[in-house]
Amino acid sequence: MNSKFAVYTLKRLLLALLTIFLVIAITFFTMHAIPASPFSSEKARSDAVIAALEAKYGFDKPVPVQFVNYLKNILHFDFGLSTGWVGCTVADLISDAFYYSARIGFTAGISALILGVCLGAAAALNRGSFLDQLVQVVTTALVSLPSFVMATLLLLIFGLKLKLLPTLGSQPGGMILPTLSLMLSPTAYVTRLTRSSMLDVMGQDYIRTARAKGVKNSKLIFKHALKNSLSPVITYAGPMMANILTGSMVVENIFSVPGLGRLFVNSMLRTDYMMIMGVTIFLATLIVLMNFLSDVLYKVVDPRIQFE
Amino acid sequence: MIDMPKKNVLSFQLDPKLFEPATDEEKAQQVNLRPSVSFFKDAMKRLSKNRIAMICLCLIVIISLIAAIVPSVYPYTYTEQDVTRKNMEPFKYSAKEQAKIDKGEKIFPHIMGTDSLGRDYAIRVIYGTRISLLVGLVASVIVVIIGILYGSISGYFGGRVDLIMMRIVDIIYSLPDVLIIILLSVAIRDFVSTSTNQLILKLGSGMISIFIVFGLLYWVGMARQVRGQILSIKEQEYVLYARSCGASPSRIIRKHMIPNCVSVIIITAALQIPSAIFTESFLSFLGLGVSIPMPSLGSLASEARQALVSYPFLLVFPAVTIFLIVLSFNLLGNGLRDAFDPKLRS
Repeated sequence: MNSKFAVYTLKRLLLALLTIFLVIAITFFTMHAIPASPFSSEKARSDAVIAALEAKYGFDKPVPVQFVNYLKNILHFDFGLSTGWVGCTVADLISDAFYYSARIGFTAGISALILGVCLGAAAALNRGSFLDQLVQVVTTALVSLPSFVMATLLLLIFGLKLKLLPTLGSQPGGMILPTLSLMLSPTAYVTRLTRSSMLDVMGQDYIRTARAKGVKNSKLIFKHALKNSLSPVITYAGPMMANILTGSMVVENIFSVPGLGRLFVNSMLRTDYMMIMGVTIFLATLIVLMNFLSDVLYKVVDPRIQFE
Repeated sequence: MIDMPKKNVLSFQLDPKLFEPATDEEKAQQVNLRPSVSFFKDAMKRLSKNRIAMICLCLIVIISLIAAIVPSVYPYTYTEQDVTRKNMEPFKYSAKEQAKIDKGEKIFPHIMGTDSLGRDYAIRVIYGTRISLLVGLVASVIVVIIGILYGSISGYFGGRVDLIMMRIVDIIYSLPDVLIIILLSVAIRDFVSTSTNQLILKLGSGMISIFIVFGLLYWVGMARQVRGQILSIKEQEYVLYARSCGASPSRIIRKHMIPNCVSVIIITAALQIPSAIFTESFLSFLGLGVSIPMPSLGSLASEARQALVSYPFLLVFPAVTIFLIVLSFNLLGNGLRDAFDPKLRS
């Protein structure tokens, strides 16, 4: 069991590393297929500076050599110099912005998981009740709302009409609305997953056995039912973080949060190729690692699942 | 009737003389009283009993018809600007139009008002709907074709071929698709803006990269599903029989396996459409979708943000439309899954 688990984890890790490498390659070669030079932006730089930069980043060398150089630099967390924000390195800008995105994204993700599991379990345990029907209708509606519609509606209702919450990310409490807009649809999804999985588990024989043996209701729910119905939720946790990260691109723009998503969109507007490459690779690495974690955790939580 | 001599007294050979031909009446008794119901018809019957799914299907048909027909008969175009009728609320007329009405002329009402450039909003929302539905349609076609081909080949041949093909699927599956779409649309932006092809210009870099990425990445879910189904069908006796009769692999896949995967294919394709529509509207919201002045539901919602408090209807119309489209596809997909999934059959 343990050695099998180690082999599985190793395989997944290799796959994750291969994927990250592929993302870097795709990003690098698509960006290099564009004829424009990364330093040909309108921001004036002296010829000497451009020559020095080209020498440092090796733009005079053939593309494969540049790729190897770029890979080596990434290993030192050096993503090159930003051309849209003069004088800043891509790595600095990313790490500054990551703080905000991580705060919103982490809060949104964790609250979505907790709230979703609680609501889903409650709905499943009271199947057919008013609560269950309400949960079903609301979650169906929420998963059909794109993040930008959700964010703009929340901004309009709570920020501008009712004036209950601040609309800018920099104001105190300004993180509430962006976090809400990011967490609502994952919450709905987790709720649905938990509900259907819980219903499935509650119909199993061991639940009936436990009940017949006189296990207390609370213990039955938390120890026997809930624990066994969490595995689909865990497999969803990885893709959920990917959703939240990509969703943050629109949400951070709407609420002016200086996070990664906004940085990404701005770098596209400024055609800052080094920045686009850096943020793409950074976000993709995060997503791939999250998926890896949720894959491994899935096997840890549910030992019934067979290893390949 | 041929008179055959009995070879042996103890032989079990039957004597044809003992038999007489069946009358028409007796033949009629052998005919099945009920016509046989195919799996597909059965599922369709179950689907038609699902009220929510049928309402959603009707809604999708109505929305598609509106998107297909209305632009050719509508009195306004999506590019027609008129500064005298900026930001009008639904069913209001500008002073110029009011004067014309007073003179007795007939003016078609602006059902959803007008936008900040005085363009009729209803026709823009309808064009946006067109884009969304087009994306959904193209996505499902691409997904179905590539997914079936890849999945059935991988599942049928099995062994090392399957192993390698599925490793490729694993890798593609873990690539973050939205990021790659964004990357591609940035990369081909220059190429598209200098292109002379009308269609490419109209679609814009975002749409083209969406289609490319659908072709490259989106089919993996379908391929996995089809492969799983083929793997179990492969063990069935009728496949063994077909093979022993000398049917070619392509014939076995086409005639015997794919018809038995139809339910999985329909369910997966139906659930892929809303996610494709989501992606397109998301990109258009970021300004990476269709090129202006062509509207998309995402770009309309994005433009509406500029005057959100004064003219909230500019947000409400595209938002409600996209919500309705995605909701009906989601619910229809669930209905199809209930109708076609043999595991849930009672």
